Amino acid sequence: MAADINAFVTEERIEGDADAAGPLADATVAVKDNISTEGIRTTCGSEMLADYVPPYSATVIDRLTDAGATVVGKTNMDEFGMGTTTETSAFGPTRNPVDTDRVPGGSSGGSAAAVAAGAADVALGSDTGGSVRCPAAFCGVVGIKPTYGLVSRYGLIAYANSLEQIGPIAGTVEEAAAVLDVIAGDDPHDGTTRDLSGIEGAAPEAGYAAAADGDVDGMTIGVPTELFDGADERVVETVEDAIAALEARGAETTEISLPSVEHAVQAYYVIAMAEASSNLARFDGVRYGHRSDSDGNWNESFAETREEGFGAEVKRRILLGTYALSAGYHDKYYEKAQDARAWVRQDFEAAFDDVDVVASPTMPVLPFELGESLDDPLRMYLADANTTPANLANLPAISVPAGEADGLPVGLQLVGPKFGEETIVRAASAVEDR
Amino acid sequence: MSDTSDSTDDAGEASDGGDDAAAAVDAEEVRHVADLARVRLADDEVDEFAAQFGDILEYFEALDEVPETDREEELVNVMRPDEVRDGLSQEAALANAEETEDGFFVGPKVS
Repeated sequence: MAADINAFVTEERIEGDADAAGPLADATVAVKDNISTEGIRTTCGSEMLADYVPPYSATVIDRLTDAGATVVGKTNMDEFGMGTTTETSAFGPTRNPVDTDRVPGGSSGGSAAAVAAGAADVALGSDTGGSVRCPAAFCGVVGIKPTYGLVSRYGLIAYANSLEQIGPIAGTVEEAAAVLDVIAGDDPHDGTTRDLSGIEGAAPEAGYAAAADGDVDGMTIGVPTELFDGADERVVETVEDAIAALEARGAETTEISLPSVEHAVQAYYVIAMAEASSNLARFDGVRYGHRSDSDGNWNESFAETREEGFGAEVKRRILLGTYALSAGYHDKYYEKAQDARAWVRQDFEAAFDDVDVVASPTMPVLPFELGESLDDPLRMYLADANTTPANLANLPAISVPAGEADGLPVGLQLVGPKFGEETIVRAASAVEDR
Repeated sequence: MSDTSDSTDDAGEASDGGDDAAAAVDAEEVRHVADLARVRLADDEVDEFAAQFGDILEYFEALDEVPETDREEELVNVMRPDEVRDGLSQEAALANAEETEDGFFVGPKVS
């Protein structure tokens, strides 16, 4: 099954500590191919890094293997994380195990597909604008995007640093939370990680997995109209049913308004593309990665290396990011996007004065058919309307299966306050218990 | 939301000529940006990108409606003692390079 759906770029193992005890002892984990694994090639789904073999492992890999989990392979992804379907990979598209004519979502599509197909117990993805939650929703599994600063990114090959986090994907909320228990916590190798001992509620004594107790009695769930407007009716119905099930278990719902999120996709893409244009400048063909046979000078050789090594979507984002940062356009695009980002953050902060979690569809659409959106980048970007706000606001968010529509999985997204992972895990576990 | 006011129009070239003109991108502009970004493009890619960038930038125009917003960033410097630590060996650091010489990376000629 895993081979038919092209979930893995490379199938090699890193054995976990055989003496470890705990929930991940003997678990198998599939790892997105932008997370460095010592001695195992790490391609980012790109021709540029097809032969790149990292000399060290990411902190999250060491933590998982120390906890007894065995890495079983590196999963397919949109090139450098840039996509919503896992079709922009240089290694071919991954198929959705639920319906192989459809995409698994992206960019961590291989990770979600591997879990859904039973090729691994759990998986790691990375989420810059929804790249863990989207494939989790499309493949009918659980995905968590942690609060910015909760999980070390040492060894994650960067796309847009101010937005991205590594996050778990699993078949159940409790399993995903158990992975988060292992990978969360500060890391001297990543200065953006936070010391959780100083943040109230950030590191519950019993762990995040223990919060998957389904107890939502008295919890207040905010339902923002903006994240339901324009979504596919079948998706809205399925998500509303799941929210009704939470009410039946004692949660209260209240309609809220987050006007800023109407600008989240625009702000996200401007910021992500701007950061990508700078981050991906490192791929010059000199220290690592593909290098063209060019006879030209440094600039010509650099440009040819990047023409050959990058696919169309990566080039699009580097160019648009360069454009948005260039003289005369910086204030118009980048500065306004930063204003929108601050506005989104303030909107959510205000909402959390009154509610415990914010609920919406994870994706406003059902899984695309393969090839459906590939030639229309703007259409693909618009599918990220509900996931990008959490990245802009640095907040934790989970996607949990809400049910099916026309036989296809639909995800419910729950966003929590900063370092409120325990709350979103609790709420999500009540959805899957119903 | 707190502390918002009307955004000021920036006087840059971007706001010249109205919304339609601001969003349109021609092939020459795509080539210029590709040159700045050090990415060579094929001719058909230039035309395709010009059309797509027009659509995408037109969509980004909606950012004009975003009010100027107070950005209360909680940013602190994260420092560590400046101590010698083990790092990658020279061999490991060079292992992924296409061309090396005497323990150095070899790049293309500068001019």
